[in-house]
Amino acid sequence: MKDTSIVYLDAVSKIFPTSAGEFYAVREVTIDVQPGEFYSLLGSSGSGKTTTLRLIGGFEIPEYGEVYLGGEAVTTQPPYRRHVHTVFQSYALFPHLTVAQNIAYPLTIARVSRAEVVPRVQEALKMFRIEELGDRRPAQLSGGQQQRVALARALISRPKVLLLDEPLSALDAKIRDEVRQELRDLQRQTNLTFIYVTHDQEEALALSDRIAVMHGGRVQQVGTPQEIYDRPASLFVAQFIGKANFLQATVLTVHSALAVVAVNDVPLKASVADASIAPGQTVTLMIRPERLQVNAVTPSENQVSGKTAGVTYIGQLLESQVETAIGKLTVTQLGGAQLDRSPTGEPQTLSWNISDCLILPPPHGAD
Amino acid sequence: MTDVKSVPRQTQQRPWLFAAWTGLAFAFLYLPIAVLVLMSFNHSRILSLPFKGLTLDWYSMIYHDVALRVSLFNSLKVAAMATILATVFGLLAAFAIYRYRFLGRNAFRIALNLPILLPGVVTGVAMLAYFSRVGLELSLWTVILGHAVFGLPVALGPILTRLEQFPRSLEEAAYDLGAVPAQVFWSVVLPFIRSAVIAGALLAFTLSFDEVIVTIFLTGRDNTLPIEIWARLRTDITPEIAAAATLVLVVSAAVVLLSQRAATES
Repeated sequence: MKDTSIVYLDAVSKIFPTSAGEFYAVREVTIDVQPGEFYSLLGSSGSGKTTTLRLIGGFEIPEYGEVYLGGEAVTTQPPYRRHVHTVFQSYALFPHLTVAQNIAYPLTIARVSRAEVVPRVQEALKMFRIEELGDRRPAQLSGGQQQRVALARALISRPKVLLLDEPLSALDAKIRDEVRQELRDLQRQTNLTFIYVTHDQEEALALSDRIAVMHGGRVQQVGTPQEIYDRPASLFVAQFIGKANFLQATVLTVHSALAVVAVNDVPLKASVADASIAPGQTVTLMIRPERLQVNAVTPSENQVSGKTAGVTYIGQLLESQVETAIGKLTVTQLGGAQLDRSPTGEPQTLSWNISDCLILPPPHGAD
Repeated sequence: MTDVKSVPRQTQQRPWLFAAWTGLAFAFLYLPIAVLVLMSFNHSRILSLPFKGLTLDWYSMIYHDVALRVSLFNSLKVAAMATILATVFGLLAAFAIYRYRFLGRNAFRIALNLPILLPGVVTGVAMLAYFSRVGLELSLWTVILGHAVFGLPVALGPILTRLEQFPRSLEEAAYDLGAVPAQVFWSVVLPFIRSAVIAGALLAFTLSFDEVIVTIFLTGRDNTLPIEIWARLRTDITPEIAAAATLVLVVSAAVVLLSQRAATES
C-alpha cells in the first residue's frame, strides 16, 4: 500500500498539549490515497480533518506514525521539501504582489528563468479565465476570483497532490455550486490527486471518489459516496450523513446477509452488514426517509400502516411524519405528490425494500 | 400641511465655540515655534521682537559657522548609526515576541520598553557609570549606544504592532509553495511589515536627532547639534540660534511626516 499510494498515512497521531493534559487532534489515522483520486476528509469542526491535512502538507509533525508521499517517508520533512501544495481556506494570497506575481511565486522562488515563467503564468491565467486580472492586487478581487488565483498558484509548479482546506466555505452560496463543479472538472482534466477537507456532506458526496468520515480524531469509515450513504459502518456515520429513521429492534433469525427482526413485535426483513449479528441481540435499524414508499400499488417486502401526524413543506421536498406500529417515521417525497393534500390523521401504508433497511453494526467496545 | 417654501430646519451643528477653542489650543502649541521661525528671519542682533525687517543673514552665518556644521554632521552620524542599531535589534526583538511563547516573554517585552519610560537622567547616569566601569572612553560611539537603547523600543513598537497583524497563513502558504525560511522572510514577511520598519526607524531617527539629556552624559569632546545650540544659549543669544532651531524643526518635521506616510500606506 505504501508504495502504490500517492499519499499514505500509517497510524499517525497528533497530540497538542493543553492545560487539561494531552489532546489527540488525530489518533491512529491510516489513510491511503490513490493517484488521480478525489479524496475527501469529512467531519465536523474538531474532528481532526484539518490537522490530518496539515500532517500531509508538513505544517504539523505527528508524534506517532509515518507520512508517505509517493512511497517515500516524509514524516519530518518541512513543507518546502514536499511536492504537495495547499489551497488555504483564507486563500492566503500575498497582498503586496499582483495576481500574476502571486501565481508566479512558486516558480520565482525556485529561480525558474523569466523566459519560462511569463508564458506559464499566461497559460495559468487563461486556464482559470482571469487573464484580465493579472495586474490587480488580491484586495481588488472577489472571493471567487481570489479562489481561482489561489488554485492557479498552487498548480503552476505541477504538484502531484493538491490539498484543499474548505476552499468553498468563504464563498457565497450562489457561486459555491458553480465553483464546486469547476473544481470537479479541474480535477478530472488534470488527473491530479485532490485531498479535500470539508464539513459539508453534500459537497463531499458530490465531489469525491472516496470519503473518509472523521470524528474525534479518528477515521470512522472510508468509502465511496454511495457506500457511505447506503452502507454506513456505524450509527455515527449514519447520523452524520443525511437523514434517517433509527429503530431499536430485536434480532429473530439471521441467514447470511438477511435477518428477520422485530420492532414492537412487528416482524421486518432487514439486510446485515456485520457478520457478528446473532439472534436475540438488540440492534439499530436504519431506513432513509426517501426510501419509504407511500401507498405503493405493489408494496415492497416490508410494510406497515399508519396515520399522518404532520407535513412540512420544504421546497422541492415534502417531509411528513407518519405514526405507525413501529414508531413515528419520517418520510420524504418529491413536492406535489399525494401527501401534501392528505390531512393529519389520514391513513397511509408505508413499504420499503430489504436492501433499504440496514442493521447497523453495534458500536465497538467502550470507545 | 407641508409648506415647501418655509426655511428648512437647522439640523447641522455649527460649533463656533468649539472651533475657536481648538484655535486657541493650537496657538498655545505652535505660536512660540512660529515666533522662533519669524525671529530667524529678523533683521536684529538680539533674539527678540519687534520684527525689524527680513534677512537671510542668520542662515548664511550658520553656513559659515564651522562648529555648528560639525555638530550638525555629528548629530546626523549619531542618529543614523543609532537608528540602524535600534531598528535591527527592534526587528529581532519583535520577531522573538511575535513568534515564540517563552518563559518571561512579558517581562522581556516590558524590559525592552523601559528605556523610553525611564527619565533620560537615569538612563544617562546608568550608562555613564557602566561605560566608565568597563573602561569605554566617552565619544560619539557611546552616544550612539545610548541613543540605540531608547531607540530600540521606539522602533519595536510599530514593527510588533504590524507583525501581530501578519496572517500566519501567508507564511504557511510561502513554505507550502517551496520557499525556504530566508525566502519566506524576504519575499513575504518583510514586504508586509516594511512600512512599519520604515516608520519605526524614522521615529528613532528624530528622537536621536534632537536628544539632549542622555547625550550630555555620554558624549566626550564632540557636540551634537542640540547640545551646541543649548551651550550657546547660555553665552550669546543671537538669532543664529533661531535659524539653527528652525532648520532642526524642518528636518524633524520632514522625518515625522515621512514616517506618518510610511505608517499609513500599505
